Amino acid sequence: MKLKLRFSWDTSILIILAVVWVAASLTTDNFLSSINVSQIFSNTSEITIMAFGVIFLIILGEIDLSVASILALGSSMLGWSYAKGAPIWLAIIICMAVGTLCGFINGWLVTKVGLGSLAVTIGTLALYRGIANGILGTNTINEFPEFWTGFGFDTIGTSFIPQSLPVIILFGIGFALLLHNTPFGRRTLAIGQSPEAARFAGVNVVRHKIIVFTFTGFMSGVAGVIYTFRFSTAQADNGIGLELLVISACLLGGVSIFGGIGTIWGVIAGVLLAGSVESWLTLREINAQWRTIVTGILLLISVAAPVLINKAKAAKVRAENKS
Amino acid sequence: MAQKGDLLLQMKGVQKRFGGAIALRGTDLSIRAGEIHALLGENGAGKSTMLKILAGVHVNDGGTISIGDKPFTTGSPQASIEQGIAVIYQEPSLFLDLTLAENVFIGRQPMKGVAIDWAQAQSEAARLFAELGVPLDPKRQARGLSIADQQVVEIAKALSMNANIILMDEPTAALSASEVERLMTVMKSLKAANKAVIFVSHRLDEVFAISDYITVMRDGATVSENPVGGTDLQKVIKEMVGRELTELFPKTENKIGDVALEIKDLTNPAYFRNISFTVRHGEIVALAGLVGSGRSEVARAIFGIDKYTTGSVKVNGKDLAKGSPVAAMAEKIALVPEDRRQQGLFMIASVNRNISMESFDRIKGKIFLNFKKERALTEIWREKLSIKYEAQSNPVESLSGGNQQKTVLAKWLATDPDILIVDEPTRGIDVGTKAEVHKLINAAAGEGKAVLMISSELPEVLGMADRIIIMREGHKVAELSRLEATQEKVIAAATTGSKGA
Repeated sequence: MKLKLRFSWDTSILIILAVVWVAASLTTDNFLSSINVSQIFSNTSEITIMAFGVIFLIILGEIDLSVASILALGSSMLGWSYAKGAPIWLAIIICMAVGTLCGFINGWLVTKVGLGSLAVTIGTLALYRGIANGILGTNTINEFPEFWTGFGFDTIGTSFIPQSLPVIILFGIGFALLLHNTPFGRRTLAIGQSPEAARFAGVNVVRHKIIVFTFTGFMSGVAGVIYTFRFSTAQADNGIGLELLVISACLLGGVSIFGGIGTIWGVIAGVLLAGSVESWLTLREINAQWRTIVTGILLLISVAAPVLINKAKAAKVRAENKS
Repeated sequence: MAQKGDLLLQMKGVQKRFGGAIALRGTDLSIRAGEIHALLGENGAGKSTMLKILAGVHVNDGGTISIGDKPFTTGSPQASIEQGIAVIYQEPSLFLDLTLAENVFIGRQPMKGVAIDWAQAQSEAARLFAELGVPLDPKRQARGLSIADQQVVEIAKALSMNANIILMDEPTAALSASEVERLMTVMKSLKAANKAVIFVSHRLDEVFAISDYITVMRDGATVSENPVGGTDLQKVIKEMVGRELTELFPKTENKIGDVALEIKDLTNPAYFRNISFTVRHGEIVALAGLVGSGRSEVARAIFGIDKYTTGSVKVNGKDLAKGSPVAAMAEKIALVPEDRRQQGLFMIASVNRNISMESFDRIKGKIFLNFKKERALTEIWREKLSIKYEAQSNPVESLSGGNQQKTVLAKWLATDPDILIVDEPTRGIDVGTKAEVHKLINAAAGEGKAVLMISSELPEVLGMADRIIIMREGHKVAELSRLEATQEKVIAAATTGSKGA
């Protein structure tokens, strides 16, 4: 009985992930091949990087829909400045700096002007991509130094580990420590659970939110760098629609859409689940529309499941109290 | 239509218990048409429970209630409305974007064929407003109306549903003086129309100005029911208090030190004006007064949750920055807020996470939190305050109210404050835990902490405090030493502003 009650979405996602892997490897020839696993990791690298920022925002009770547009704006600035003759290291820094600034603007509008983050980031979703369009138009820049374009694509030595994986692991450990083992992380969870109680506990809620929006922007800039080099392409419509995958991954990973609850490892599992399903369907040669439908269903399940589990628990408690 | 003097409502021996707590232990009340009937009593006397039974929110366990000559059907707010009972709450809940006519007839719009007959609704609403003596424009939006006028709209709505008995729960608590005048006009109009008004108020001057009958409740029972001419202020206060102070509050004599907290001319025009007082090390100062008199707002301003416009807060002689809880905490001020569920605790977080929330410095290495130290910290405070829980990792919402309150105290005591502000520290907790909390507050003062205690419970105020500051409608109206203070003096100052006899 007690075991059953503890059964939660966080643990279910691992079981679902395992089921998907078993089913996929039984129904396809090479799902668990080193190349395919490597592909899953590298295909999800930008989503994971952005999700590390967005999870903090969702936990705070906020949202950022503009992350993919920030990725595109950063990527465009990277390509544009490199094409204008800037050294590649400077172009990379510009990309990340632009991301950071975009994130700060989001945070400032939300906290200081007092607008809802949904409204603000729908606006900046259009705005940032619009600026990217203004900079590059329909141009595409795809001449980058080979050392860097290899980074997004090559594996380490002769292994199947993509070079971006260590970066993601490092970020993953860093953000897991930040969320779960520091006062900053505790305050993030606290604000999401009760902004009012957080103020009474001496948390500077406004400053905290601006910091989280800003580093979410920074992470989107980092994702912009990886995306640009992985596809060897800087263009204004890079990463279009990725914001929904990022948010799906967070929710799949057990982050509460109401704020206050979430774990980094849950989000990593969420990204892997989304990436694995995508890969499975691709290997089965199921067309793109169906893949979108499956992603949509997964997202709905991930939002509904925690609510349904809680309702079931509550019903059980009521039944026990009655008897 | 009822005639003046007809018996509209009679309650006899009404009882109600919630789990183990007895809220009503046999209450009587009779209400006649054309009568304004005040219901008085301290917090927890059972007034709200009475009103909620009549409103159909609660069902009584014993006793009889009759409406006119029929037994009262309990059980749902809808049933109460059908029996002619309407409740006007302190905070009206109008639809602010709709017009007043739409609000009055919401859900019961007069129809002309398949369309709503707005002309009819508006003229009917206008008639009701005129009848109440407050000619509001039925076509205007509710947004922007004063609270008093919003109450008028609620009352008009009640009349449109043929209510005979209007219940008002502290209708004047949120009103300014001129708005109170307005509401009194309305109450007189209702009386003239042979309706019965039952209202709860803590402002005794108002009560004597407008009521025909006064019923005093205490500890869930009716103490007296008198026509207004048959009683007086002193008598009513005595009846409300009714008990001798027992030795529930073993006051320890502490060594009183230097001034720790000095408040000077603190003003925030919306809530309080020119508040000045000091609290010394080792001293317990109580801030007494009615709910809504501005006590909590003063505490919030000191701690920096809200800003104040003029005045100053000094801690150990140094000015404290305004509007910054971070600065207040740096000066070792702690605030245990009045609403533990909303303000004091993170309900879904575990006990240990709640207790460590303001003490990260104590459980932190260079960068990271040390969970072992966190568990040890929680264990220390569990022991000191004898907090009861199954496991540290359980969410704090699974604890009883008393243990939740101890957890809030623990997390602030863990910061080792110099100045401890506690707002309603024993609200909603059982007697045994209350005594423990009182002991803890006394012990804190014994350690030389300056304690500022806000409380609505008179025995607590008189039993604990070295000095009592009484606020009324945002002003400090009296300051009494422990020796001078009596229950009657404090109530008189809080309710009428007089320094008492």
